[in-house]
Amino acid sequence: MKVAVVGVGQTPFSRNCGMSIRELCFEAFKDSLEDLKLSPNEIEASIVCSAPEYDQQRSPAGLIAEYLGLNPQPTFLAESICSSSSTGVKVAYAFIKSGLHNMVAVIGFQKMSEISSAETQERMGRGADIQWESPFGTMMPAGYAMFARAHMQKYGTTEEQLAKVKVKSGKYSLLNPRAMYRRAVTLEECLNARVIASPLKMFDCCANADGASCIILANEEKAKKITDSPVWIVGIGAASDTQSTTGRTNLAGLNCAVEAGKQAYKMAHIQPKDVDVAEVHDCFSIAEIMAYENLGFCKPGEGGKLIEESQTYIGGKIPVNIDGGLLSKGHPIGATGGSQLRTVVLQLQGRAGKTQVNGAEVGLVHNIGGVGLYGNVTILRR
Amino acid sequence: MSFDKFGKIGYISEAKVADFVKHLEEGKIMATRCRRCGQLYFPPRADCPRDLSTDMTWEKLSGRCKLITYTTAHFAPTGFQEDLPYTLALARCEEGVNVYAGLNKNLNESEVHIGMDLKLAPLQLPNGRITYEFRKA
Repeated sequence: MKVAVVGVGQTPFSRNCGMSIRELCFEAFKDSLEDLKLSPNEIEASIVCSAPEYDQQRSPAGLIAEYLGLNPQPTFLAESICSSSSTGVKVAYAFIKSGLHNMVAVIGFQKMSEISSAETQERMGRGADIQWESPFGTMMPAGYAMFARAHMQKYGTTEEQLAKVKVKSGKYSLLNPRAMYRRAVTLEECLNARVIASPLKMFDCCANADGASCIILANEEKAKKITDSPVWIVGIGAASDTQSTTGRTNLAGLNCAVEAGKQAYKMAHIQPKDVDVAEVHDCFSIAEIMAYENLGFCKPGEGGKLIEESQTYIGGKIPVNIDGGLLSKGHPIGATGGSQLRTVVLQLQGRAGKTQVNGAEVGLVHNIGGVGLYGNVTILRR
Repeated sequence: MSFDKFGKIGYISEAKVADFVKHLEEGKIMATRCRRCGQLYFPPRADCPRDLSTDMTWEKLSGRCKLITYTTAHFAPTGFQEDLPYTLALARCEEGVNVYAGLNKNLNESEVHIGMDLKLAPLQLPNGRITYEFRKA
């Protein structure tokens, strides 16, 4: 029995959204059910995805399930930081594939403005190994900056090439009404922006945001009843790497992405060249360049050249993050993977409007938790 | 065993490897070695996942290492703001283990390059706290 994505929903990503977490989730849930011949009580389980250090609510799954009217069906929280909602999708896939449930909702959310910036700063430091690395004052941008520095040294990648990732992001952000930052930026603006963690500057980094996403998965029989345009999940890969920087064997790429990609390609029986459109986890510009390489869109070390040659724009070899990516949309941790999946599903359904890639049949989502700590790759086909 | 003196900000109160801090106060940076399989660990581990052994021995690192990668942070988590900007580095010790630490303040970012030789050394902090850092070799 095949497993389909039948519904995708997302709130606009923003700061100080004026909603509580339950209301954010409701908006994404409602959006995902639009146009489906489905009553919410047919949803047999819900998986709620968030990074709980940003939540005031303890055990938010129960609260969200209640507000969405999904009691008495089972619900629980799935967490792998920034890749939480693609982890949720993997679990939902397994539920359906096993026959345990016929239809599952995966609701991802984060309201990062709920806590003060001082509280955010405090939590940031604890994202690394708290025994051996956090005591030196590290945080996320520093983590990716170390990869950027190593990548530049090993392959000759330049700050201009990093900036070009954001230039692309800015261009497509203008076409995404749900992105937080909808503004084109120039190469000069990027290069002259203040340094966050060298060599990464402000426009190399994504921003915290509030938002929610929802993905509805169903088995083949149900899917065909409730929609005319199911999108099939044909490949799923997941992997982990060391939490510590000291444990990493590769500082110029993410091992977990390579491994998850291999698994997903194998399961989908496709090659990287068969992907028509991709969403990759561009929490930082360097992360997108590494993703090109780690997913096989180009050879290791040629990611800089790929963006330089505009091959990841629409019309290029492989359009990537043509919804603006995290760099423009913002990054509400638990909602991000669902938002990426939504973009790819809309592409495969031919509903992507001005950013539609003509004839897109195969799409890929690469969603990473932490600094290459958790890697999820999902391949979809219309 | 108390581990809470380690680092500018500590997040861990107890650890089986807390003797690391005692050794550090004596000027030694210690790794652990599994007596059963011979694997060397830094940061030190009390437990070896290769053979599930807890029979470990302390072993002093020479401190000689080479820079793998680095970044100079201009934003910091709570408790580290007053030190900005500071440089964080990952280096490979001659014993074959990696170390993550800050770079000595007197080293200018323009002097820093991947592959350079560094010396790992203990660093006494205010309020009786202690850590280690990389210095120019």
